[in-house]
Amino acid sequence: MTPPPTDNPPILEVRHLRKSFADRAVLADVDFDVPTGAVVSILGRSGTGKSVLLKCIIGLLETDGGHVLYKGESLQSPEVRSRLRQSSSYVFQQNALFDSATVFENVLLPLRARGKGTREEWEVRVRKVLARLELEESSERYPAELSGGMQKRLAVARALVTEPELVFFDEPTAGLDPLRRNAVFSMVCELQRERGFTAILVTHDVQEALVVSSRILWLDAGRVRFNGEAASFEASQEPELREFRDNIEALRATLKKSRSGSSPSL
Amino acid sequence: MFAERVGHLALQQLDAAGRWALFGTRAIRHVGAGGALGARLARAIFELGVRCVPVIVIVSAFAGLVLGLQGHYVLSRFGASGMLGTLVSLSLCRELGPVLAALMIAGQAGTALAAELGIQRSTEQIDAIELLDICPEGFLAGARMLSSLFVFPALTSLFVIVGIAGGWLSGCVLMPQDPDAYWAAVHSAIKSRDVFECLVKAGVFGLLTTALCAYQGFYAHRSGEVGARAVGVATVRGIVLSSIAILGADYLITALLL
Repeated sequence: MTPPPTDNPPILEVRHLRKSFADRAVLADVDFDVPTGAVVSILGRSGTGKSVLLKCIIGLLETDGGHVLYKGESLQSPEVRSRLRQSSSYVFQQNALFDSATVFENVLLPLRARGKGTREEWEVRVRKVLARLELEESSERYPAELSGGMQKRLAVARALVTEPELVFFDEPTAGLDPLRRNAVFSMVCELQRERGFTAILVTHDVQEALVVSSRILWLDAGRVRFNGEAASFEASQEPELREFRDNIEALRATLKKSRSGSSPSL
Repeated sequence: MFAERVGHLALQQLDAAGRWALFGTRAIRHVGAGGALGARLARAIFELGVRCVPVIVIVSAFAGLVLGLQGHYVLSRFGASGMLGTLVSLSLCRELGPVLAALMIAGQAGTALAAELGIQRSTEQIDAIELLDICPEGFLAGARMLSSLFVFPALTSLFVIVGIAGGWLSGCVLMPQDPDAYWAAVHSAIKSRDVFECLVKAGVFGLLTTALCAYQGFYAHRSGEVGARAVGVATVRGIVLSSIAILGADYLITALLL
């Protein structure tokens, strides 16, 4: 993966972000930077607000407090927010593909929305990205006619066709079997290496995060409990972090054992 | 306590009315958002208009047949059976045509619109559109609202024509009315003012129906339910509110234009 560009200026600065649902504080005081060109993985248990954090950053959810800066400018300004949306993409956990549009139209829409270039140029770019993600032969099919892995590839194709400088991945391999998960994961890594975009990846898969990330962010109880390089995360002996990291790995080992026929020891 | 509840409810309704007004304004103002307006308009005309033709023809034929029968029976009692053409054509043109056609289109296309947008909301497709920096209201509802301004009047015209033919069938073919007198009465009864009122009503009903149904689907997640239930609630609210709005607006327009 890309070497950790920790010295690069931050593309995003998240400052004291707070978000509650009813009386439950999901994000208590979240504070971190995303260096340009970095791959930042946000780890945490289910329900710790990883996806909520992404949606607060991009503006799909209103925050209760704090702010986010994009290249030093506050995203509270509609112009800055629009600039961020023009130069970023978002891969949804459930893909959010346009179900009444074909594969080709799904990938074409972001280019049409940006409005730069001609229809012929857009079509060339769409065909190129579809070929790159091995979806060329399915270009006239509808999302519902695709397998889970193909749908995920389509979501990635739609996100990358505009050549964004920042991509948000919300659990990009969720719901996929191990084989498909590896395929999608390798593809995302490869594309990031090729294009050099900044990526923010939400996942609860520690191994996945360690392989792909230049930085790891561990979210627990609505706060950032760890923010540093992947190697430091792996080496950390902080008790709670170790418990989270090792429990996930222990669970994975147990599941692997039970799948291979040995009796589970849960 | 009671006053507090009433106040809370009133605020909620005002909030919803404000949101609806903003939704409609944004939808029309950003109708070109996301491009391909021509294709979206053509699709909207097909969904709102062409797909509703069979139901409009069937309902208008029966409405005309019943009007012909009832008219023949009632007018004969007063020795005014020669007025059947006037009764059928004016009833259909001024009142029944716009209202029944709008209710039929709301039942077929309005519910489909609310359900489609509700599903797009629950599967995050609307969020995805927003993140493409496309105004989702304009992209999803704008073309439908715009097309309703000519689809509803066109279907209402069809409703009136088929209804008048239905009146002729029951009054002059199945009953012993004079067809020449019927058509002469139709020609002399309908004035341009009646046609104008009919088309104005149809256009207003179209705008109200599409805006209300689209709004309900678009904000399905605020319905108090989640997932498939939210889509169901949005669809039901869409058709109920549209029907009430059609009948309320009908009274207002009639009172204003009479």
